[in-house]
Amino acid sequence: MPASDAIASLQKQFPGKVGQGKEFRDEWQVEIDRDLIRAASTYMKELGYNLLLDITSVDYFGDEPRFEVVYEFCALGGQRDQEHLRLKIKVSEDDPTVDSIVSVYQGADWHEREIFDMMGLKFNGHPDLRRILMWDGYPYYQLKKDFPLEGLPSDMPGEEGFSRVAPLEGGPFVAAPTVHPPAVGDAPTTTHEPHAHPASH
Amino acid sequence: MPETIIETPDSVARAAQQFEQARAEGEPLGEKLTLNMGPSHPSTHGVLRVLLELDGEIVTRAVPDIGYLHRGDEKIAENMTYNQFVPYTDRLDYLAPLASNVAYALAVEKLMGWTVPPRCQVIRVICCELARISAHLLGMGALAMDTGAMTVFLYIFTEREKIYNLIELLTGARFTTSYTRIGGLTRDLPPGFVEQAKAFVEQFKGKIEELDNLLTRNKIFVDRNKGIGIISKEDAIDFGLTGPNLRGSGVSYDLRKDKPYLNYSEYSFSIPTGSVGDAYDRYLCRLEELRQSTHILEQALRNIPGGPIHVGDGKGYLPQKEKVLTKMEELIHQFILVTEGIQAPVGEVYFGAENPKGELGFYINSKGGGVPYRLKIRAPSFVNLSILGKLLPGHMMSDVVAILGSLDFVMGECDR
Repeated sequence: MPASDAIASLQKQFPGKVGQGKEFRDEWQVEIDRDLIRAASTYMKELGYNLLLDITSVDYFGDEPRFEVVYEFCALGGQRDQEHLRLKIKVSEDDPTVDSIVSVYQGADWHEREIFDMMGLKFNGHPDLRRILMWDGYPYYQLKKDFPLEGLPSDMPGEEGFSRVAPLEGGPFVAAPTVHPPAVGDAPTTTHEPHAHPASH
Repeated sequence: MPETIIETPDSVARAAQQFEQARAEGEPLGEKLTLNMGPSHPSTHGVLRVLLELDGEIVTRAVPDIGYLHRGDEKIAENMTYNQFVPYTDRLDYLAPLASNVAYALAVEKLMGWTVPPRCQVIRVICCELARISAHLLGMGALAMDTGAMTVFLYIFTEREKIYNLIELLTGARFTTSYTRIGGLTRDLPPGFVEQAKAFVEQFKGKIEELDNLLTRNKIFVDRNKGIGIISKEDAIDFGLTGPNLRGSGVSYDLRKDKPYLNYSEYSFSIPTGSVGDAYDRYLCRLEELRQSTHILEQALRNIPGGPIHVGDGKGYLPQKEKVLTKMEELIHQFILVTEGIQAPVGEVYFGAENPKGELGFYINSKGGGVPYRLKIRAPSFVNLSILGKLLPGHMMSDVVAILGSLDFVMGECDR
């Protein structure tokens, strides 16, 4: 059964909200209404697409709507065995929210967190929407097209481990907590090298 | 003489029982503790950090924390030509760089609509299977070492060394191979490679049996892996697990069989699946996959067709050097290919390849030209690890090590 058949079923189930199917290199894809995604993915699961391979997002900077979220579905077993179908939704920059499908596919959890981390799209109903690859508190969404490749300066992550007193603090080789390292660009201060430094052999 | 009854210590069942009992009574078993495992813990195999909430020795909550090795590969890919990204794929699954090279090349070739010639396909199959053997060996060795069998880890490194020597002969590098190019390979098989590879495969069969003898019925190893980290069929599919982790749960999904790429459809091999879905089943699947990969290698090495190793001269693949130096048109093609890259059509493709860790997928969104507009890497390790939060609770602290080992992930790929 070809994936175009599944698109026809989707169009029948949700009239007027599912676009025309497109084929490229033997792959079918279809664009659907943004608000439909949770209902549509539930329906996809009923159709037999039980494996959610991937969710990703694309930033069409300068276009409106700006973002696109891409879902890759695959069917394992059943009538549609090994069939692949791609669903896409458009998301505007003014309202960058998408319904989460974690309640339908548990595997969507980390994919949605990654999209939030990379492009800042928010997923309604996600159980634990936090950054996943970057640290909490990082101020930018670095996979957006207007984020420069060389990056932007930001504070380093503030972990508990760094803010607490180090185990050997005040000991012979550890700086006292009041001494701050010189800021970048300041003239280097002369430091006393201890005689028993491991690197001085 | 009174008969002594020796109680078989089924630690898991006992722990689970105690846990349930304590839960029912609403009392913590032991001291409540939050334990930070990783990012540099020997059994997290890289820089995975898991925050564990413990009740005595039983995990009650697990929060995986990843991203310590995040390099922004997808952002980098958007800023370079397709061929320039090949070295970055080495660093995804760095235990099987050849397989990642091949998967990436195939994804871009799918976008271009190219099919590489038979000789190139067979060489790529050999690459993939060598990489699979090497990666599975390390995965199994590390699992064995974490669960009380040190010898295996040392034995497998001898075998991996032989594979690395073969890879060095083939690609010129042991680790960061960058062997594929879009539409071909960097170079043909060197003289003597086939004979050496055949000799390796021949002696490796005995080594698999040795591994089998060392682990499969090893009491300590079995006790620590059997019944640990059971993933049901439904969960495995729902979380999108692929590779030996999915097959260990009894789902026969292998892209080499189900969506054959290269010339995998020409080889005879079988797909092992587990029945329980525990750490031991995942180990057994990997062990059997070693045998099947050896089988594929034998067939591939026996019959390597002649002919070119790339899609041929033209506007897509770099023309031969002699022609570049003697003909005007080829010189122009070379210049354009190097400066602007392959001129890809407008469109989107997703291509998944069966890598040692699972399905490595590339989603390429092209607006035309030599640079991908968006390249998403569907890393199998990333997806396989997403089940940890559900899998770990209820297990003993020492089982966490076995579960992590049996999931066999690579953080370079997970964090990208």
